[in-house]
Amino acid sequence: MTQIKRKSDTKMVPVPSMAIVPERDIDKAPVLEARHLGIEFGGLKAVDDFNIIIGKTEIAGLIGPNGAGKTTVFNLLTKVYQPTTGTVLINGKDTHGMNTVQANKAGIARTFQNIRLFNNMTVEENVRIGLHNQVKYGMFSGIFRAPAYWKQEKKQHEQALDLLSIFDMQDMADVKAGSLPYGAQRRLEIVRALATNPSLLLLDEPAAGMNPHETEELMENIIKIRDKFQIAVLLIEHDMNLVMGICEGICVLNYGRIIAKGTAEEIQQNPVVIEAYLGKQKEA
Amino acid sequence: MKMSKKFRSNLLTYGLVIVAFILCQLAVEKVIPGFKMSRSLKGQLVPICVYIVMAVSLNLTVGISGELSLGHAGFMSVGAFSGIVMSAWLVNAFQLENETIRLILAMVTGGVFAGVAGVLIGIPVLRLRGDYLAIVTLAFGEIIRNVMNCLYFSLDGPTLHVGFNNPNLPGKLVVNGPTGATGVDTISTFVMGFVLILFTLFVVLNLINSRSGRAIMAIRDNRIAAESMGINVTKYKMMAFVTSAVLAGMAGALYGLNYSTVTATKFRFDTSILVLVFVVLGGIGNIRGSIIAATVLTILPEVLRAFSDYRMLVYAIVLIVVMLATNSPLLTGLVERIRPKKKTAAKEGEAQ
Amino acid sequence: MISFLSHLVNGISLGSVYAIIALGYSMVYGIAKMLNFAHGDVIMVGAYISFCATQYWGMSPLMSVLVAMLVCTVLGVIIERLAYKPLRQASSLAVLITAIGMSYFLQNSAQLIWGANTKSFPSVVEIPTLSLFEGQLLISGETILTVLANIVIMIALTLFTGKTKMGRAMRAVSEDKGAAELMGINVNGTISLTFAIGSALAAVAGVLLCSAYPALMPTTGSMPGIKAFTAAVFGGIGSIPGALIGGLLLGIIEILGKAYVSTELGDAFVFAVLIVVLLVKPTGLLGKKVHEKV
Repeated sequence: MTQIKRKSDTKMVPVPSMAIVPERDIDKAPVLEARHLGIEFGGLKAVDDFNIIIGKTEIAGLIGPNGAGKTTVFNLLTKVYQPTTGTVLINGKDTHGMNTVQANKAGIARTFQNIRLFNNMTVEENVRIGLHNQVKYGMFSGIFRAPAYWKQEKKQHEQALDLLSIFDMQDMADVKAGSLPYGAQRRLEIVRALATNPSLLLLDEPAAGMNPHETEELMENIIKIRDKFQIAVLLIEHDMNLVMGICEGICVLNYGRIIAKGTAEEIQQNPVVIEAYLGKQKEA
Repeated sequence: MKMSKKFRSNLLTYGLVIVAFILCQLAVEKVIPGFKMSRSLKGQLVPICVYIVMAVSLNLTVGISGELSLGHAGFMSVGAFSGIVMSAWLVNAFQLENETIRLILAMVTGGVFAGVAGVLIGIPVLRLRGDYLAIVTLAFGEIIRNVMNCLYFSLDGPTLHVGFNNPNLPGKLVVNGPTGATGVDTISTFVMGFVLILFTLFVVLNLINSRSGRAIMAIRDNRIAAESMGINVTKYKMMAFVTSAVLAGMAGALYGLNYSTVTATKFRFDTSILVLVFVVLGGIGNIRGSIIAATVLTILPEVLRAFSDYRMLVYAIVLIVVMLATNSPLLTGLVERIRPKKKTAAKEGEAQ
Repeated sequence: MISFLSHLVNGISLGSVYAIIALGYSMVYGIAKMLNFAHGDVIMVGAYISFCATQYWGMSPLMSVLVAMLVCTVLGVIIERLAYKPLRQASSLAVLITAIGMSYFLQNSAQLIWGANTKSFPSVVEIPTLSLFEGQLLISGETILTVLANIVIMIALTLFTGKTKMGRAMRAVSEDKGAAELMGINVNGTISLTFAIGSALAAVAGVLLCSAYPALMPTTGSMPGIKAFTAAVFGGIGSIPGALIGGLLLGIIEILGKAYVSTELGDAFVFAVLIVVLLVKPTGLLGKKVHEKV
């Protein structure tokens, strides 16, 4: 418990374009900057005028009622959907015209709400897919077992085990990913995303289906990951203990629009947010 | 050793092929008295090798890459005719009579041309998904067969002439449109077939256990996740598809040079389906299974000549039953219930 | 000019048959999301039944068609129940391979029952040939009947899916099986009904096809089946007007291609068109665009 760095430890500082980032990141370029991001599906604005800035080592939360468009935002950031309006900058680089693969190479990695592991492959192989672009040897070196193959495979194996050790999963390396228990599958998704060496990690409901104890562990691990890899994390989560416990900046989405931004305390006291979650209170 | 399980499995596959080859050679050479092979079976040795390579290469597309291809025989066809032309041209142009070298060069040629066809077909096809991809590969298989029916090749000394819908070419016709290739110098041998199988296994198994192979399987398991991990989907789908086409082309050359007459109708849709049956019965994604299924199902009709009328009917029923047994929730539940008993029984047996 | 018109008429005739077959493919694909590869072989069975009915059992042509439709309907429903229903949750690869197996099963059963020899199918059509432009352009009775049958079937099906309760159930199931089931629609019954209608149409198509091209053998249905599927994809799978347009265009392209480009390459031409269409518009001419949920 004590090692969890609570949000109150971090001082948030406003930056231009109506966003706030942790004080420690203020001198560094933001890892993600979305400006006026929006997408329409058949005339319906699923996300509209979405603006966010995330600091270099910030843990940020994206919350909102069901159907608010949170996963759509993730899909826009990772270029699964091409936005109808607005831009996304990753590490200051415009992602216009990029596809999902290029967005990943630019430094953005994600997990999925409905787990998407490579079920017929082992845990280690799943992580190795994440390491794919950091290991360089071609098809023919692979087939004809050139020296590069042996060297890189060994390196990849060590790296994979190293990453798995974050969640103490080294012993499961040879287990088929599809046969893992639910919580372990979620953790493996995080490891696999980390393996792509991102500067921003998007977690889509990482605590879904976990018990309070597992959630507590996950919170510690998210902070551990941030500290160890010096990356930013943006997470979607319905578990308010997790969000309020570790997120430094929080962004609330409703009907595809941002209705509030701020620190945990600010969000908790924001009447607009309370209304979005609980409905309008009858006037007394 | 970390990879020991896979390594052992691969070793077993190679071992199986090598032992089977040695046994066949012993039977052919009649080294051991009484252990010999019937003439009709001897005639099946090269086709068996061809079908094993076809099945293993199709398994790369269907099982490893997860794309149903119904036009695999098209690549075999391209390989067969380009191989035949190459073999004849080598004799005319270089007076090269050494059959082994000619066969190897013919197989390489077959592989290259089938690979080119694979690239040309793969570019449009691999953008599609699922059933659409299947039907378009079928369409391409038919287009290849149609085009082959219109192609004429002739050799005038060392010069090669090509005609489209035009049989009036100078010199001696090697490939004669719908009549196909006639008077082919049959240089295929069982030994070379065996070598081709080993080569195919080497390529496919090593590919699977490499960075590229893992990317191919990741796309099969979950395309969207693979993309978000930075895997270039088109590149790796293409890699599997073209590798598969090259191997099928090499098998095609071996097949084409095994008969004195080869027509394009031999590489119809039926042949594609036959190879698919091998893959399905051997277990989708299971390389060793493909080898066994291709061997057994090529020999079986020879053994069961009396039932030849029912052969395709039985194939059809087996195909349906296997698919139902492995995919229907009702039947898989039943199988699951039987299986653990078997396993525990085996363990008890070991203990005693 | 007259010869062009004559080719065009032949194209429309063949295209109408394709359209009727394509309907069966399209409806089944729309509702069960599966490529019923055996559909082409149901056509062949329909033609054989009609052949036997007129040749051996002494029935009138019209009766023979009705019997063929009845047999095919039953056959279609049995195939669905035995082979496809257990695979509702399975991968599309498994379903497609099963359908291919079923196609082979039907072809080889037909070969055992009726032999591999080509049978000459007597036309069931008794309409006289229409002679235009002083006998320069002949429109056969088969062509007239095929086109008429096509029009009637299209109108009937459009009304059925649009106006009747069962038709609405069909559309609901094709949109969302789970939701339809929750609304109290008998999903399995609806899928069976779709197979029944598709198979009955296949029987009609089989008789019309063999009346125009009288060579009947166990593989008669496979090529037209594949081409009709092509037509269904061409027009946009799941759409009734799409099947009509796709079928007609494909028939015309095939006949004109054979007449003016190359006889040998007629089929290649058809498939090349399919590939081009799929690349330009992956869901066909009238198909709906589907978003993949992430």
